Amino acid sequence: MEFNFSIMKDAIPLLLAGAGITVEVTFLSVGLGLAIGIVVSLIRLSGIKPLKYLGNVYVDFIRGTPLLVQIFLVYFALPAIINHRVDAFFAAISACSINSGAYVAEIFRGGIQSIDKGQMEAGRSLGMTWWQTMRSVILPQAFKRIIPPLGNEFIAMLKDSSLVSVIGFEELTRRGQLIIARTYASFEIWLAVACIYLVMTFAVARFVGLLERRYNKA
Amino acid sequence: MKKLMLTLGALLVMASVLTGCGGNQAKADNKTDAKSSATSGTIKVGTEPTFAPFEFADKEGKNYDGFDMDLIRAIGKQLNKKIEIVNMGFDALIPALNSGNIDVAIAGMSITEDRKKAVDFSEAYYVSGLTVLVNKDNNSVKSINDLANKQIAVQIGTTGADKAAKVPGAKVKAFNTNTEAFLELKNKGVDAVVIDKPVAAYYLTKDPNAGAKMVGETMDAESYGMALKKNNKRLAKLNAALAELKKNGEYDKLYKKWFGTAPTK
Repeated sequence: MEFNFSIMKDAIPLLLAGAGITVEVTFLSVGLGLAIGIVVSLIRLSGIKPLKYLGNVYVDFIRGTPLLVQIFLVYFALPAIINHRVDAFFAAISACSINSGAYVAEIFRGGIQSIDKGQMEAGRSLGMTWWQTMRSVILPQAFKRIIPPLGNEFIAMLKDSSLVSVIGFEELTRRGQLIIARTYASFEIWLAVACIYLVMTFAVARFVGLLERRYNKA
Repeated sequence: MKKLMLTLGALLVMASVLTGCGGNQAKADNKTDAKSSATSGTIKVGTEPTFAPFEFADKEGKNYDGFDMDLIRAIGKQLNKKIEIVNMGFDALIPALNSGNIDVAIAGMSITEDRKKAVDFSEAYYVSGLTVLVNKDNNSVKSINDLANKQIAVQIGTTGADKAAKVPGAKVKAFNTNTEAFLELKNKGVDAVVIDKPVAAYYLTKDPNAGAKMVGETMDAESYGMALKKNNKRLAKLNAALAELKKNGEYDKLYKKWFGTAPTK
């Protein structure tokens, strides 16, 4: 087998452009997922009955079904219901952020519940409301503890976003597939794709490590 | 804690800024502006651009190239419509037609009775057939009849996949793209690939390391057609444009460009 460096070199700019889209999908999805996750976890912990059950159903459904199937649901099944076509970009972002939201909700719940119950009791006996105690006592401590799992979620989404290639969304993986279809150089291209993913996930892992050390000091 | 909140806030802002620019990038990537997709001035055409020489992404990754792509653009010109190419998996094309995500699918798709139950087809624009591809050193397989109880690689959802499924005792491995099926053969994971002949022929000429050959006669002459959602009024216009291209010689020109010969009449 011959290793064709020039095909690999030619492909790099195209692949990097795809990597930009991968980063974009990841940032948007985890960003929106963060917002969804905070709200859902607070709802689930608040004990307000109907809302709490809704939150449980959401988390169970998302965590219990594959992201790939969720992407298909948004892109192919949703248009039948709303009677309107769904843009691939919209489908990719909404499926990934709804997915990410469920995982982030669990991360937040774990973080909040890891804070000693006595702190909530102490806050309440000082005359603070549930929400006040949550905001100024519990959440600040919880945030610190959830940095590592949030970093994991980000890295996981960076890799899982490759699944949106099935709806033709041209991120890194789909770009690789398209180049191979023209050049038949699968080994060279998949190797380059893997290296680019590795550089991105490695950078995120380092950054999260840095954050962790900083806030452990503070 | 404040610092942490600030960092998180900054990250979110950064994300939204990034995506702000990124959004434009993605739109530019859709090859035409997305706003016009709702109006009738654009035809959204779905394809699976890993099917050379019918459709594949060009070297810069900016455009899609191939016989189908040239043909649909010529049809678009005839109809005075903008053509927007949407790329997706082959097995996703018919669902996308029926969900309205695309208006037309042109993807080297053979007109079959089964598919006709789900979508309408245009007049045939290309006559193809299936072939069996084996490794060069394989002298035991002379035709599809020798593939009983062997392993066959196919592309998911293709007529080649249907054909392979009918071979008695054969184990069929379905891949998302034909390139993956070819690679499986090269890696000796299967004994043969059953696929559209022009695609196999193009592969053999373009990849010097293919190490494969076609055996047996061309099977199941079948016609490629453009697929549309059932009862789509556009079908008649599409057929008229295709007929016009065949009459004025444009079609012959494109055929010669991609297959090197004149079309068989």
